[in-house]
Amino acid sequence: MKWFDYAVPQSLAETTHLLSTHPRARPLAGGTDLLVQLRSGAKVTGLVVDVKYVPELNDLSYAPTRGLTLGAAVPCCRIRSDQAVRQAYPALGEVASLLGGTQIQNRASIGGNLCNAAPSADSAPLLIVLRATCRLAGPVGTREIPVEDFCTGPGQSALQSGELLVSFHLPPPPSHFGACYLRFTPRNEMDIAVAGAGAGVELENGTFRSARIALSAVAPTPLFVREAGNWLAGKPANAESINTAAEIAKAAAKPITDMRGTAEYRRHLCAVLTRRALEAAVRRAKEARA
Amino acid sequence: MKTDDYVVVGTRPIRHDGADKVTGRALFGADLQLSGLLDGYVLRSPHAHARIRRIDVSKALAFPGVKAVVTAADLPQCPDRLVDYGEGPMRLRHLRGNILAGDKVLYKGHAVAAVAATSRHVAEEAAGLIEVDYEILPCTLTVVEAMREGAPLLHDDLRTVEFGEETGSVSNVAEHFRHVLGNADQGFAEADVIVEREFHTVTVHQGYLEPQAATALWNNDGRVHIWCSIQGAFWARDAISLILGLPPSRVKVTPMEVGGAFGGKIRVYVEPVAALLSKKAGRPVRIVMPRRDVFEATGPTPGSYTTVKMGARTDGRITAAQAYMAYEAGAYPGAMVGFGAICVFAPYDIPNVVIDGFDVVVNKPSTAPYRAPGATQAAFAAESVVDELAERLGIDPIEFRLKNAAKEGTRRADGPKYPRIGCLEVLEAMKTHPHYTAPLGGPNRGRGVAVGFWFNFTFPASCTISVNADGTVGLIEGSTDLSGTRTSIAMQAAEVLGICAGDVNPTVADTDSIGYTGVTAGSHTTFDSGWAAYEAARDVIRQMKERAALLWGLDPTSIEFAGGAFRAGERALTFKELCARMDETGGPIIGRATVKPASTGGSFAGNIVDVEVDPETGKVSILRITSVQDAGKAIHPGCVEGQMQGGAAQGVGWALNEEYFMGPEGTMLNSSLLDYRTPTSADLPMIETLIVEVPNPDHPFGVRGVGEAPIVAPPAAVANAINRAVGVRLQRLPMNPPAVMEAIWKKKG
Repeated sequence: MKWFDYAVPQSLAETTHLLSTHPRARPLAGGTDLLVQLRSGAKVTGLVVDVKYVPELNDLSYAPTRGLTLGAAVPCCRIRSDQAVRQAYPALGEVASLLGGTQIQNRASIGGNLCNAAPSADSAPLLIVLRATCRLAGPVGTREIPVEDFCTGPGQSALQSGELLVSFHLPPPPSHFGACYLRFTPRNEMDIAVAGAGAGVELENGTFRSARIALSAVAPTPLFVREAGNWLAGKPANAESINTAAEIAKAAAKPITDMRGTAEYRRHLCAVLTRRALEAAVRRAKEARA
Repeated sequence: MKTDDYVVVGTRPIRHDGADKVTGRALFGADLQLSGLLDGYVLRSPHAHARIRRIDVSKALAFPGVKAVVTAADLPQCPDRLVDYGEGPMRLRHLRGNILAGDKVLYKGHAVAAVAATSRHVAEEAAGLIEVDYEILPCTLTVVEAMREGAPLLHDDLRTVEFGEETGSVSNVAEHFRHVLGNADQGFAEADVIVEREFHTVTVHQGYLEPQAATALWNNDGRVHIWCSIQGAFWARDAISLILGLPPSRVKVTPMEVGGAFGGKIRVYVEPVAALLSKKAGRPVRIVMPRRDVFEATGPTPGSYTTVKMGARTDGRITAAQAYMAYEAGAYPGAMVGFGAICVFAPYDIPNVVIDGFDVVVNKPSTAPYRAPGATQAAFAAESVVDELAERLGIDPIEFRLKNAAKEGTRRADGPKYPRIGCLEVLEAMKTHPHYTAPLGGPNRGRGVAVGFWFNFTFPASCTISVNADGTVGLIEGSTDLSGTRTSIAMQAAEVLGICAGDVNPTVADTDSIGYTGVTAGSHTTFDSGWAAYEAARDVIRQMKERAALLWGLDPTSIEFAGGAFRAGERALTFKELCARMDETGGPIIGRATVKPASTGGSFAGNIVDVEVDPETGKVSILRITSVQDAGKAIHPGCVEGQMQGGAAQGVGWALNEEYFMGPEGTMLNSSLLDYRTPTSADLPMIETLIVEVPNPDHPFGVRGVGEAPIVAPPAAVANAINRAVGVRLQRLPMNPPAVMEAIWKKKG
């Protein structure tokens, strides 16, 4: 690891100033990806900007009318133990319990998981099906983008030079809504997804009012399979519909063969996981309050 | 001594190293602090096979903070010869070549040069400035490829030894040997059912958590002191002295606590490099291996290609067995296929056997032992075939094994006739264990069994015991403690001395402070060092009888020692009371002993495993696993159970997910603990244990080594369980989800 400078800004303005004046600066939240990458030489930087002391990045607040604001640096341990999250977005609490082990969850953030922009990011499919948006701040102001537009390639994101992910906004869950993210790993914990599927469904009188499906680890970015959810809208919430949607998701996947699995195996997993995630989401939606 | 009379042996005292380990005070390989300490970093080959044309270290040497740079040119240059520091004969050029590559690199990760600097980061950055001009050569990565005609040759002077004689033919096959018992052709002709299958296993790593770490100080008087995480201080001393061209007496090795080893810390890697750097820099140098280097540049265990053919009659008797075993040695000869050949059919009494073994070099790291080296690959093949034979004959798999089980007097194909062994007893215990008949309780579940053997080594051992006036003793021994052996050795002394284990204070000493003691490997430590402690304690008792005789004005032969007290007629003194009178009866007492037992007791172990297979993903979950093992006599049953559980956990990891995932150019793509996938506690149920005790007649307490046999059977047991769950027999490790899914698809067509 090469020497680098370290800065601890206290405000958003200070942070964006540092990031925009040092082209190779890297923001650090939990550091669970960045420090490993710096040690291995996969990333090199002259300045690490610790964003954990910026108030906007530590915001975790929920209101039934407004939804959830989730600061990009909020560690998973805070998310998974937050009462409002557990009630309104139980699947989000589950994902926060899925990233790494307990020690990692004490440091790692959902914001960091997304900014690392790995195709296998476990939080991405769930945020997509929860209709999350990202608030980005840069030297020229802030902007909002849908979370499905954030990752643009392996390790690549929509962040412009000097720009920073500040927070996510999740709309309040509609009535009879359920969501679930499932990943497949050979090991039960401490592993990277071979494939993952997130499903979010809104039910109305035994049919899908709306549905969203997204996949991980089967394309250069987390993959929003818009057509699978669109197809489900208006269909009865039964096994046949679910199986068809799972096949649509499978067809949309563009996996590669690597040490975690072959392309064929991954495509197969897409159908299995999408079906299982949809089944779990439907169960949740049926149990959800009106 | 009769078993019933034991007071200490067979109990579960708190380990002497327990407090230091659980409070973090124990000092491991990297924990030594010396004034002026420099950090070293090893530059490694990015290529699996290449000729080194030129190395230019000038930019690294000029880098601020750098104190020394070394390459193979800094190793002593002398003619090659056969050397043996305990592990068996090997070429000095191979021993040195693995420390720092000479004219060729033979695997990705092969050490090429090293830098010592004021910090690890400076050393790493400077190492990046070393210019190495490589001529890249084609590489060969698997045993099957490497044996083919025309395969790229690793060593242009490696002449194949066939049936004990050098053939003159240069190839990647270092050795081909054969064991023959009876007449296999005739045996197969008598069989009603014959099963013949092909098996593949890939390179796996022991996966110890503590990386290799060593600190070296080349002193101004020419003596070298090395502190390191190593299994055997004396073997390390002797290997280092050979590599550095020094007499062993000029090298002192102080063993630090070891954070896992499993065979992987028998050989030295960074120790001699740190010494060379220290010599040049004039300061102590520490090298701690990064995890990537631990995977790429230490000694994993061989991948293998094995075929096993076995025949049996309808009455359930095995009539013949044949094995073809080709193991990957890695860069230098020594694939441990000979050990595999000893173990492959060891649990069975088979009249007609032929075994062919091949030791083959490939462009991967030089392999090292891993718990029962060579036996797990062999048992995966043989126990899968045995299970299939039982299935074809419609005989219960344990019953089938019992019908053919080896016993006292059975001749093994590699030569020896068994002394008293516990194979039958282990199988009987498996059969009657409640696990074997418990309901499986769901679909896609299956139960598999398998047994395994490890012959156990014996090495010399030394022990001294100094008596304290308060009735306690200090015990000095030379076996690095990997698994609680300090305690199991101390307990054997305590049993003789009639005191409790806590009144023995054991210390593992450096190579200047105790007599020669073999490496902690081969499951010999509790057997040999425990025996030395037993004899040293007897030496103490003999001397204390003389003291009591002096006090009472009697002849020493009239003093008896029993139940913790010295007696003569009505007179009695407890051990503690007599210790208090040591000063007035002649001063300090030291007992000492060295042992070099000629034979050892082999150990059998077996597993019952329940699995559930997800038929949609191919993922195998271990629902229940029971380990049964013959320990001879369990000195500390808790430590024995720990060995059994550890072996089962590592065996399951080997079975299901662990592998060196190699890119086509010979690069390991998963050289991190994240991607290498050893099992975690979330992947294993509580591992049940059952200790069987068939005392070893060749040990004072009946001890059999227990550290290795428990890893042998699990992969085969898991494979057999998968077959019973979903009807597919996997013949390739690891049996990871894609592989199981593939097999299920194939079966469905």
